[in-house]
Amino acid sequence: MTTYYSEDHEWITVEGDTATLGITKHAAEQLGEVVFIEQQDSGEEFEKGGEIGVIESVKAASEIYAPLDGEITAINETLADNPGALNEDPEGAAWIYKIKLSDTSQLEDLMDLDGYKALIG
Amino acid sequence: MTDAPKRTPLYDLHVALGGKMVDFAGWEMPVQYPMGIMGEHKQCREKAALFDVSHMGQVILRGDNVGEKLEALCPQAFATLKEGKARYGFFTNDDGGIMDDLIVSNAGDHYFVVVNAALRHQDIPHMKAHLDGVEVTEIFDRALVAVQGPAAENVVGDLCPAAREMTFMETILADIDGVECRISRLGYTGEDGYEISIPEADAERITRLFLAHDDCEPAGLGARDSLRLEAGLCLYGNDIDQSTSPIEASLAWAIQKRRKEEGGFPGAARIQKELAEGAAKKLVGIKPSGRAPARQHVEIQCADGNTIGEITSGCFGPTVGGPVAMGYVAAPHGKPGEQVKLIIRGKPHDAEITALPFVTQNYKR
Repeated sequence: MTTYYSEDHEWITVEGDTATLGITKHAAEQLGEVVFIEQQDSGEEFEKGGEIGVIESVKAASEIYAPLDGEITAINETLADNPGALNEDPEGAAWIYKIKLSDTSQLEDLMDLDGYKALIG
Repeated sequence: MTDAPKRTPLYDLHVALGGKMVDFAGWEMPVQYPMGIMGEHKQCREKAALFDVSHMGQVILRGDNVGEKLEALCPQAFATLKEGKARYGFFTNDDGGIMDDLIVSNAGDHYFVVVNAALRHQDIPHMKAHLDGVEVTEIFDRALVAVQGPAAENVVGDLCPAAREMTFMETILADIDGVECRISRLGYTGEDGYEISIPEADAERITRLFLAHDDCEPAGLGARDSLRLEAGLCLYGNDIDQSTSPIEASLAWAIQKRRKEEGGFPGAARIQKELAEGAAKKLVGIKPSGRAPARQHVEIQCADGNTIGEITSGCFGPTVGGPVAMGYVAAPHGKPGEQVKLIIRGKPHDAEITALPFVTQNYKR
């Protein structure tokens, strides 16, 4: 199981061609207190760079962008009632989607933890 | 060409307290502190929060009959504003739009005016050009802090007993730890509280004295915005601007009876007509049914799908525990209880027109 990071501050943990996606702790800190998340439905297909959801903090809305091509196989439904979990445990319990990757070679475009740490300084 | 952002006398204190600094109207201001917007908001509703509002313009007007002369620029009855009292008002333009909103205080030997940070450059020349025989002096050597919340009376009163005796919209000069400050019992959060104008040299020291009180914590622009929105108070540039009239903005309460009848202020023709016949659109409270916040420029539709207006301010209301918004709708749709749709990111969301404020105002009358 390997974890990758995107420039849009998402993490994805990959096993074979299935993955779990969420936002990084750094992103959660930058957003401030999350009060709402708009998630797409299970079964939705998306392309790399496409908008796959919106996270709203007290002040502002921020889009979630797909880090690669795939299909949503499950959504974390607990976030609808408890969006604050995205601040408390963004890289754990507050995962956002389970996805099926359509092109695992796209993973090469993402960063590893060291690369991500360098990005956020 | 851009100028470097300006800093208030409390800049170093904000940084020391962990304030997250952002550019606001050309000023480097704290948007929040480590407590977070939600916590700061609750602090203000439950105890007391301190805001730096030094970026706002503080102006001294000296001369004969200043109040009377201000009536030529504003629809308020400033000529009859008693000494020691403050009043909310606005400059209007010839079309009856709002140029800026402001607080005017009769300080006895002068008038003290506070205007919005972003509009200082407009308001000062406006007053200089139109207030004949009045000396208009913008002061740059004083900080302005707002201490707001149910515990504000204790926070300020412990250092300045005279503050306890004041009622809403009163202003006095009083000593705080040996420094003469202008203390006004007012603010823009819907809570009881004070705005205190402090000489720059003592600003940080006095502010720290307020913050040393167990019930007082610093709060930033983020909480200020959610507080004022829950309190149903307009933000210039969002909810009111040069094109909106005070009647559209549901600010008729801020125009006193004599002025409504006599007119004699810029844009009186439109404002008096709208007072008599109603305006075509009006500013209302909007409560989304779900959890999705509706932000500025979100389209408002009526039940049959026709566009009836637009959100001007919207956020999550921490005290309400859900999203709250204000916006303009066509007058026939402006009654509390009217069901509307908000088009958020292309999707309709149910919402209801509500009376303002969302949270009961808690002023010390």
